[in-house]
Amino acid sequence: MTNEEIQHIVSGFSDALTFSEEASEFLNVEVPVAELHKVCEQLKSNPDLKFDYLFCVTGMDWGTDLGVIYHLESTTFRHNIVLKVRTSDRENPTLDSVADIWLTAELHEMEVYDFFGIKFNNHPNLRRLFLPLEWEGWPLRKDYVDEENMIIK
Amino acid sequence: MGVDDKQRYICQTKPDGFEQVIPESFPGKVIPGGNGANIVISSLDQVVNWGRSNSLWPLYFGTSCCAIEMMQTGAPKHDFSRFGFEVARPSARQADLIIIAGTIVNKMAPVLRRLYDQMAEPKYVIAMGACAISGGPFYYNSYSVVKGADHVIPVDVYVPGCPPRPEALLEGMIMLQEKIKKESMKEKVNPIDGFDEGKI
Repeated sequence: MTNEEIQHIVSGFSDALTFSEEASEFLNVEVPVAELHKVCEQLKSNPDLKFDYLFCVTGMDWGTDLGVIYHLESTTFRHNIVLKVRTSDRENPTLDSVADIWLTAELHEMEVYDFFGIKFNNHPNLRRLFLPLEWEGWPLRKDYVDEENMIIK
Repeated sequence: MGVDDKQRYICQTKPDGFEQVIPESFPGKVIPGGNGANIVISSLDQVVNWGRSNSLWPLYFGTSCCAIEMMQTGAPKHDFSRFGFEVARPSARQADLIIIAGTIVNKMAPVLRRLYDQMAEPKYVIAMGACAISGGPFYYNSYSVVKGADHVIPVDVYVPGCPPRPEALLEGMIMLQEKIKKESMKEKVNPIDGFDEGKI
């Protein structure tokens, strides 16, 4: 299925989606925080899309906004889509977990939480993954400061 | 070097059958005692160091891409066993030498220190590659990388490169042998003594 056809179907899910193909062969969809879980469910269950494979979850700090990027693929149709979700709340960024839709997200959302401090509602086991449990702060954020270990250039 | 050139035994004689061949590296003087027996004059230091430096067993400690070069150094093409490094050990208890081949992160540092403490004395350390020397490409803006393995344990030889070629590592290992040959048992101290207080 071409990106245009995917866009035609996906745009029916919600009015608040914005589409682009910036620097990518994939169709990019920006989703508002409130719509994320609903849109993801439909992406997986829609018989013409069947995005059943979440192959990459990326945490992102755009400087002002924090967010997550989801790369999806359909193992039936072999087409792809990229979902972007962003929140400007840096104090307490919270998104809905998609771990109930794609189980692999459970681990990846733990990693995003570990490095960016983005919390996921309804996540079964949100905790530190790679960093020590007593670690303070979110080291992959742009504004992370550690005067002891980091040499800034 | 062919098989014919090898001089393996102290009791080997020259073609005339009388004069004995002593390897150049033998630490001491051999006086023929007659009847095939010999008297050896040497200092204990020289003999001990000779033995130590030619039988250094390295510990497998590869934390990133330098480990690939370290494996190649042990593989048949470069083969560090030619110089007495013989068998790499997966256990700290049986190793004399730790080759830090790779990046040391804050989470790994206590493990490295523990491995070093578990090794039996005398023990030696080679820091291989930019990461083990100074943090290398991760020196700036990194929250996780230790800026040089010598913040954790005392290092004897530094081998620069990113990663160093096997020849460079071999050169470093031979330099360590040279260092060991100059040691004196009387003056030798445990390198970890006072290390945490800032003594190098």
